[in-house]
Amino acid sequence: MDLRYTADEIAFRDELRHFFRTQVPAEIRRKVSEGRKLGRDDYVTTQKILHEAGYATPNWPVEWGGRDWSPVQRYIFSEEVQACAVPQPLSFNVNMVGPVIATFGSEAQKARFLPPTASLDIWWAQGFSEPGAGSDLASLKTSAKPDRDHFVVNGQKTWTTLGQYADWIFCLVRTDPAAKKQQGISFLLIDLETPGITIRPIITIDGGHEVNEVFFDDVRVPAENLVGQLNKGWDYAKFLLSNERIGIARIGLTKERLARVKRLAQETPAGEGTVWDDPDFRRRLAWSEIELKALEITQMRVVAAQRSKAADKPDPSSSILKIKGSELQQAAAEMLKDVAGPYALPRPEAEEEGLNLPSVGPEWADAAAPLFFNTRKVSIYGGSNEIQRNIIAKAFLGL
Amino acid sequence: MDFDLTEEQGMLADSVGRLLADAYSDFGRRKAYRAEPRGYAAANWTAFAEMGLLGLPFAADDGGFEGGPVETMIVMEALGRHLALEPFLASVVLGGGLLRRLGSEAQRRAILPRVVEGEIVLALAHQERQARHDLHDVATTARRDGAGWVLHGAKGVVLHGDGADRILVTARTAGARRDRDGISIFLLDPIAPGIVRRGYATQDGLRAAELVLDGARLPAEALIGPEGGALPALEAVAEDAIAALCAEAVGAMQALLDMTVDYLKQRTQFGQAIGSFQVLQHRAADMLVMLEQARSMAMYAAMMVQEKDAAARRTALSAAKALVSRLADQLGKEAVQLHGGIAMTEEYKAGHYFKRLAMIATLFGDADHHLRVVAASGGLPETG
Repeated sequence: MDLRYTADEIAFRDELRHFFRTQVPAEIRRKVSEGRKLGRDDYVTTQKILHEAGYATPNWPVEWGGRDWSPVQRYIFSEEVQACAVPQPLSFNVNMVGPVIATFGSEAQKARFLPPTASLDIWWAQGFSEPGAGSDLASLKTSAKPDRDHFVVNGQKTWTTLGQYADWIFCLVRTDPAAKKQQGISFLLIDLETPGITIRPIITIDGGHEVNEVFFDDVRVPAENLVGQLNKGWDYAKFLLSNERIGIARIGLTKERLARVKRLAQETPAGEGTVWDDPDFRRRLAWSEIELKALEITQMRVVAAQRSKAADKPDPSSSILKIKGSELQQAAAEMLKDVAGPYALPRPEAEEEGLNLPSVGPEWADAAAPLFFNTRKVSIYGGSNEIQRNIIAKAFLGL
Repeated sequence: MDFDLTEEQGMLADSVGRLLADAYSDFGRRKAYRAEPRGYAAANWTAFAEMGLLGLPFAADDGGFEGGPVETMIVMEALGRHLALEPFLASVVLGGGLLRRLGSEAQRRAILPRVVEGEIVLALAHQERQARHDLHDVATTARRDGAGWVLHGAKGVVLHGDGADRILVTARTAGARRDRDGISIFLLDPIAPGIVRRGYATQDGLRAAELVLDGARLPAEALIGPEGGALPALEAVAEDAIAALCAEAVGAMQALLDMTVDYLKQRTQFGQAIGSFQVLQHRAADMLVMLEQARSMAMYAAMMVQEKDAAARRTALSAAKALVSRLADQLGKEAVQLHGGIAMTEEYKAGHYFKRLAMIATLFGDADHHLRVVAASGGLPETG
């Protein structure tokens, strides 16, 4: 039993660290570190740099650009990306639709979609949630009716993250209205240029435009865009979601954010000294660091277990990582807002109102409250933390 | 990065698990063991010795088996899981830990092989009333008297002190009460003149003693280690104890979660198993999160206790104890609440696990104390 990385693992980490710090533009990494909004170009620029070095899709099958890394190497990669404040390769492309197409798609679909998916020449959006299907995803209603060699899609998707930048959307659609909930669902790829599609922004409480509604009105989708078998979409969706295990807790990111909170607390005046001199503040930060350390080891245990034994028995680890990881992301964001203090109030930037005024307090403080507001989402999305507790209770504790 | 046990460690876990599952197969037996003269089962102690558990951390020259913190973790987790009464912590980790670090060759040879054989049980007498969790706070004095020493002072909570055959006592040979220098260790036979030992039961069903040293005279060779320079070894032993207690807590937390989940499945109210109620399911799920976080921190403690950098080691062990103390306490309270009235009874085992966890939470520093240490240090050391 040894927490330390081997010499090979350290060399691997250092190589990644050097690459990220020298090849990914500092301005993009600064935005990530400060929790600011990234533009489409920031994502594309970064993913193209990673793609050329073979770092965009390391977990894919080798024939499609994967690296055949060990679980430990995958873990180190995921942590270093976050710790270096590099925008992660677009999850919808590399963790979601890519592996589904690579595993269940036809040869024609693989050849057509995988290369541009890896290089982000196609930007994918995720079409799962609907107004009436959140935690109860399988109750989705968007329908796809066969019409000769097409499907005709009608319905609405929502919470479509970064849909405003997307070229294509992968959707769960109902293809058998008579079947039991999970059994009548299919996995369909839809070009967002197709007539009948409308995308509308949803502005969130932080003032940002991150998510969208997507409306489908008699949208004709070629039958060849069905992935795998008809009515098997729920299985592919479960496969897709299970791919998220590594990195779901975003430990590297929270570590980076806590270090930043510490740095800024040491610079921010309070009383005779700085915020950092307040023992209550330091205890609060220490508590998050301690919990994060425990979670980091929990995550390493999961990674090590993936290496040493088959992961087919019920395993509560991804739910544990989701619950604690999201709580700690929220704690870090909240502390940053609290370090900003009264200077968390001014709102000089509000993109939907076209405002861009000079900062009132320190520039970093402008983003502190929006980040805090925005981070409330992490215990809601990806299976809310309450759904995760249901999963632990039912699948693992047998209640 | 590696979380696997070696083959030998896996075998150790299996055999100590089997031994304790057998010895504590029925909770009623624990009560019978408590009624034995030393407050635990003499037969179990012999069985521990025969299995080699009592020699795990000691050097081969001292009759031991050269094990490390992972071996201690394996044993302590099993002891926790079965809520065992035997003084492994007191004799092997605390008393033995000091003796193996500080004892001269002659001192180690005279005592440690007998500890390994289970013939002699050791204890550490350190806690004083004013000291709370500060290891360097020692008011007990030792003055030179001819070739020997005379000790004055009082030690309150000597874990398993009432049954111990030899006790290691901390006393100040120089300096003021809270000085870091000037603390020495003495080995004494508790039946010697000038020593009043009052044994008592602790709230978790284990045993301890109060030791009053009223002019106790000790020979020169009773001094263990450097005169006035014992604090670093004492701190190292306290760190070992923290790692050991974290592992014990994890074993007890696992057992308590298991019995709580079983109870939720069996107990019916309103015509259904209470485990079908979502409000209770979510609380049980949170208990599992607590357990796994505590388990990770116990492993962290076991791995960091050998860290060479003393400051990093201290912060890491404090982090582990802070979190495990808090989680042990929380999980214990949740288990009692989810069981309901039955956990309030002396007869049922859940309440006893809760009590042990509450005592582990405070031993060698509670969550508040260790959180202060981590906060004051400025943060956790990097691993990896």
